[in-house]
Parts: sequence; structure tokens; C-alpha cells
Amino acid sequence: MIPTIWSWLTNPASWSGPDGIPTRLIEHLGYTLAVVAVAAAVAIPLGVWVGHSGRARWLVSLGNALRAVPTLGLLFAATLVIGPRLGGQLAFVVPSIAVLVLLAIPPLLAGAYAGVEAVDPAARDAARGVGMSGWQRIRQVELPCAMPLLLSGLRAAVLQVVATATIAAYVGLGGLGRYLIDGLAVGDYGQTGGGALLVATVALLVDGVLAVGLRGLISPGLRLRAGRA
Amino acid sequence: MIRFDQVTKRWPDGTLAVDDVSLTAPTGQITVLVGPSGCGKTTLLRMVNRMVEPTSGDVYIDGQAVSNQSPAALRRGIGYVIQHAGLFPHRTVIDNVGTVPRLLGWDRRRIRDRSMELLERVGLGAELADRYPAQLSGGQQQRVGVARALAADPPVMLMDEPFSAVDPVVRGQLQEEFRRLQADLGTTIVFVTHDIDEAINLGHQVAVLRVGGQLAQVADPAYLLAHPVDDTVAAFLGRDRGYRALGFVASPRLPLRSEEVLLVGESVAEDASGWRLVVDEERRPLGWVEGGRVSGVVQIADLDLGGTLAPVDGSLRAALDAALSAPSGRGVIVDDEGILLGTVRAGEVLDAIAAAERPERGNA
Amino acid sequence: MDWLAQSYGQVLDLTWRHLILAGLPLLIGLAVALPLGYAAHRWRAAYAPLVTISGLLYTIPSLALFILMPLFIGTRILDPVNVVVAMTVYTVALLVRTVADGLDSVPEDVERAATAMGLGRIRTLLTVELPLAIPVIAAGLRVAAVSNVSIVSVASLIGVAQLGDLLTDGYNRVIMPELVTGIMACILLALALDSLILVLARMLTPWRRAREVVSA
Repeated sequence: MIPTIWSWLTNPASWSGPDGIPTRLIEHLGYTLAVVAVAAAVAIPLGVWVGHSGRARWLVSLGNALRAVPTLGLLFAATLVIGPRLGGQLAFVVPSIAVLVLLAIPPLLAGAYAGVEAVDPAARDAARGVGMSGWQRIRQVELPCAMPLLLSGLRAAVLQVVATATIAAYVGLGGLGRYLIDGLAVGDYGQTGGGALLVATVALLVDGVLAVGLRGLISPGLRLRAGRA
Repeated sequence: MIRFDQVTKRWPDGTLAVDDVSLTAPTGQITVLVGPSGCGKTTLLRMVNRMVEPTSGDVYIDGQAVSNQSPAALRRGIGYVIQHAGLFPHRTVIDNVGTVPRLLGWDRRRIRDRSMELLERVGLGAELADRYPAQLSGGQQQRVGVARALAADPPVMLMDEPFSAVDPVVRGQLQEEFRRLQADLGTTIVFVTHDIDEAINLGHQVAVLRVGGQLAQVADPAYLLAHPVDDTVAAFLGRDRGYRALGFVASPRLPLRSEEVLLVGESVAEDASGWRLVVDEERRPLGWVEGGRVSGVVQIADLDLGGTLAPVDGSLRAALDAALSAPSGRGVIVDDEGILLGTVRAGEVLDAIAAAERPERGNA
Repeated sequence: MDWLAQSYGQVLDLTWRHLILAGLPLLIGLAVALPLGYAAHRWRAAYAPLVTISGLLYTIPSLALFILMPLFIGTRILDPVNVVVAMTVYTVALLVRTVADGLDSVPEDVERAATAMGLGRIRTLLTVELPLAIPVIAAGLRVAAVSNVSIVSVASLIGVAQLGDLLTDGYNRVIMPELVTGIMACILLALALDSLILVLARMLTPWRRAREVVSA
């Protein structure tokens, strides 16, 4: 089994052409980046606003309830419902991307909300008391203090998208998932296993890079406190 | 001067938090709002910087109604200190202190200089400037909280139970330092506490509130202790009121007796009896030794340290306490430098108390 | 509705399989996570490595883990055991941290009081710490249950039978009722497991109900 995977991974043909690993990898990362960017642009401001104002908390509960919906079913349903209304390549890509965005929103929303919600009430009270406007409080106190939880929400969202984009290959999306799905279809375990190995590696690397890269956005003062507790 | 003019606060659920309170906090003085939980003292305080809007009535600072001023601008001009300091955990100590100057748009150099100056002022070393709040003790955090409130040199400061979350020893130190700081700066302060001793200790004026948000009594501490307006205020003031009130009566010239002293390192006479006061070379009292119990050279370890020292210009309470606590029954009176002036007996202090004028100032 | 009437038996059978594939790992996972979580709680030095490794395992996408499972446990690729083991890995990964945090949430004075009354370490754990950590552990278990039910459906892509079959078959043959039934059955199963854990946790922590009544 391992030799089959190894021979697929080391075969030069696996690494070239429009179906080659570099192309698929870039596709996969491209989807992930685009999807998380769109989802974050919607969910983070929303989550921060819910946490700041204490209004519309049901949005967060709704997001969490969405986790009970099977992602596979959501992908299929979206493709069957939205797909036929679009033509050509779009029929496969748009529904998948829409579902990926939808799935990335709950962790981002929950993280941003929980982060702002968890800000020390005394610090919030002090921020008002020293005369900060609503926007200044968000910008200077609530958002920086919410960073640890907000960023773990971001990491969860990225992983969710990397994993679900793999499955979305079944409904025609590109990316590394193609190797798993196509390999399974033709019983080529080398390709399936190799693809699975690639996906797992990419997920681990992306998460590792994020873990290290995002640390700079968290004030050392907050890390100290987490360390003490 | 801060004037509460018939302010009332009723929460949306109908609870009355503050009930028609009128009160004046004089310029340059500490006015303490004290009362049990649920008496509306914090609500009353927060009306001054519009953290709470009164349902009716208004608050005036130097004649200007706060309701006419924008909340943000108003608050930047009022220092604000709260129970757990409420420091911003993601900012260093120096950045916390510089919060208001930064909001006011000062230049960086000036913010830094002012912040460093304030850290020193509240008794924190410059080496703490770049630490984060999580690296400080509770008492240090509270000092940073005070420094942050003072940063833009506000004429008015609001303090909401600032010292109640720290241990009693640190609390005592913070209170002493705070009192000195306030005397230096002449800031007008409204101070909320549930601790009547803190109120008596710090307030130039004490306003006692009762559950339901009514003002029960406003007076200076001595008057309050001597003349509580009703049973609930009396119960709230607690025990030993007569004794505590003596703390506000300056001691008249007491008949001091000279004391035969021993220098530390001297030998006690073999046949000595009774208590002898031991002093150092500058005649600062160190403690008492009992003749017959100790023989030979007097060591520090032999001393009975039970007696308190009363400053000659201190209160009658201090003088009486010195007499009551001394094992010899002779209270030690010292001058400003801590040098022995003489001793006084409890009976003599009591005579002085009987002759002293009881506090009649203050008003209800 | 016609479709559902005809395929009633099949749906029940798949639901049962789904329940086993999602539920069994929950039980095994909890049994494995309890000692690991306790270790992370008890020895500070163990916390970071245990939580980090769990995090890494949780990072691996489900389809990839299903496919790679035979490499680690020597099974065949279509074997349902792959799914059970993979789901157990996810459950453990999620619960180790939860158990450690749950035990951490027990007030230290309670633990000290237990020790002061002469309870041994094991007895303190079983009769004091674990019961008090139940609310936190149950919350983690609920998250794991809901996520397991969703992830298990992915196993239909590698040919392991469960409710996901309704999703793939409904999609491939464009039978909307089948697809919708599959989705609804998954949601209902997730909610059922979630509620079951919630009810069990309530039954095991009667003192919390007492507090709710008092504070109400």
C-alpha cells in the first residue's frame, strides 16, 4: 500500500500539467483564501457587533445550529438546486464556494463574538469611563482583547474550508480533493492515498503557519494572562 | 464643586436605584458615598460622568449641567477609578496611563513624560512601565488605575470602591498615599465604598445612603459618629462609635510626665522592679522591660512591644490608645520626629476628653 | 413522501448504522480521553503536549483520515472499522482538552476540602472532581456528537454504509426526496444525541438544578 502511494507521489506525471499537484495545490489554497476572506468580511464585523452591543445573539446560536447539518448533504443540495440555473463550469464551482462560505461563517462568528463577550467587564467599563467613543472602544480595547478567541475561530474556519473543499471535489470542484475522489472512482489507491496524504499535510502546514503567523496579532499582555490561568 | 440636584434613577424594570438625592461635593474635598449594597451609591456616582443618565434631576459641575455636555468629552475631563482597576490587559502599564492624553491628542513625547511622572507619583518604579497588567500585583494594578485617572490632570475624580479588592495591609497603604496625593493636588473627589471605616478615614464629608437610594445623612465624619440621624445610620456606623469619634478630636496639651528611661545596651539594675521604657540613642522609644524579669544587658529581644506611640499633636484616640496599650499603663507621647516627650496615664486622657468640646460641626 | 414510504426500512437500517459509527467512537473516545485529560490536568507539563497533539489530529480532514486509516491499523479500505477508529481519534482529540479544562474548572478549595477530609487521590477524582467537571465535559461531548454525525456521512464516499448513502445516492440519481431525507435524518440524529447527552448530564448533576431553582 505504501509503495503504491510512494510511486504515485514520485511519478513526475503527478507533478505536471493542469492536473498536476502544484496546480491542484494552488487551486485548493486559492479556494480557501477566497472563501475565508469573504466569510471573514461578513462574520467578523457581525460577531464583533453582536458582542459589543449584546444584540442579536440568536445569530451566533443559529450559526452553531448549522453545525448539525451534514456538510456533504449541504454540498449536494446546493449543487442540485443552484447548479442547473448556472451554465458550464460555474454550475459546479459556485454552489461549492457558496457552501464553503456558509460553513466558514459559524466558527468566525462564534470566535469574534465570544472574544468580545469575554473582555473583562471592568476594562470595558473603564474604556467608557475614560471617554472613548463606541468606535474607539471597539478599535482600541474590545478588538485587541478579543484577538485570541477571534483568531482561533479563524483557524477553525480555515480548517473547515480545507476539509470541505476536499469533499467538494465530488461535486466537481478542483483542488487536491480531485485525487481522492478520482482515485476512489477508478480504484487507484496510489492516487487516493497520495492525495489524502497531501491534504493532511496541507491542513497541518496551513494550521501551523497560521498559529505562528497570527501570534503577532495578540498582545503579549493577553498571552501572559492565559499562561497564568 | 459637584452638585446633585434632585436626581432620581428608576431602572426600566421599575426598581428605584436613586431616590430624589440632592447633595453637594465641595471643591478640593473628598466626598464619600457610603451604604450597604443596593443603596444606589455607584449609580449616583456614575451620573456624574453620564455613565448613568438620571431619570429626573441633573448633576452640575461648577454650575454646568453634565447633561449639556457630550459624554466622551465630559469623561475625558473626569478621572475614573474602579474596583478591579479595569486596566487594559493588552496594553503596557505606561500605555494604560497614557490612555486619556492619547484620546486628547497630545504628542507622544508629552504623553510619555507625563505617564512616567505619574507612575512615580503613585509610587511605582520606572521599571514597571513596560510590564503588562497581568504581571502586577493587585495593589500595583490599582496604583496604575489611579495614575491613569490622573493623567490629564482632571479637576474632578470619581472612584468606585477602588481599594476594596486588595488585602487589608495594602489597602491601608493605598488609603494613606491617596489621602496625601489628594491633599497635594486638591482634586475634587467623589468616592464610593461600602466600608464605613474607609469612609470615616478618607472622607472630608460622608454621605450615608440607605437601601432604596435615599440619602440618610451627610456630615463630616466626626459629626456623623457623634450624631447619627437615626437607628439605621447608627447601626451602619457600627460599634465603638464614641471611641472612634475621638480620632477626630485633637488632643489638648496633656500633662506629660517625664519617664526614667534605659538606653538599649544598658544593664537593668539587679533590684529594679516595675516597667522601664527603653529608648535608642536619639531617645526614640523602642519598648518596655519589666524589672526583675530581665537581668543584665537589655537586648531588643527582651522588649515588650505592645504599646502604641501617640504623636503630641495627634488625636485623643491615639493618646488614649497609647495609655491603654502600654504594659506599664503609661502612654508614650512623641514629637514629630518620633522622639520621646513623656508619658501620660489613661485617667489623665479621660479627664482631657471630658473637658474637650464634642464635635458640633456638620449638618444633616 | 412516496420515496420515504417505500424506503422506510432502508432509512431505519442506515440510521442504526450511522448511530453506531458516530456513537460508538463517542463512548470509546470518552473512555480514552478521561485518563489523558486527567493527566493533562494533574501534570502541568503534560498539558501542552497532549493538547497540541490532539489539536494536530483534529486538523486532519475527515476524508483524508478515512482513506489513510488502513496505513495505520492495517485494515482494508472499505472496512467500517476505519471509520470507527477515525471518529474515535477525532473524539479523543476534542475531549482531551475538554476533560482537562473541566477538571481545571473545579474550584481548588473543593479539592482541598476533599483532601483535608482524608479522601484519597482516586476517591477525590471519582467522587468530587469528575462529578463537578460533568457540565464542561458534557458540553464538549455534545460538540463531538454533533460533529461526529456530520462527519460520518462523508464515509459514504469510501463506501461505508450509513445515512450518507442517502445523500450520495440522492445526488447521483437526482432524487431530491432521498437527499432531503438523508439531511433531515442526519440533523435529527445529531439533535437526538445532543439532547440525550444534555439529559444525562442533568440527571448526573442534580445540584445544578437546585441552584437554578434558587437563582430563579
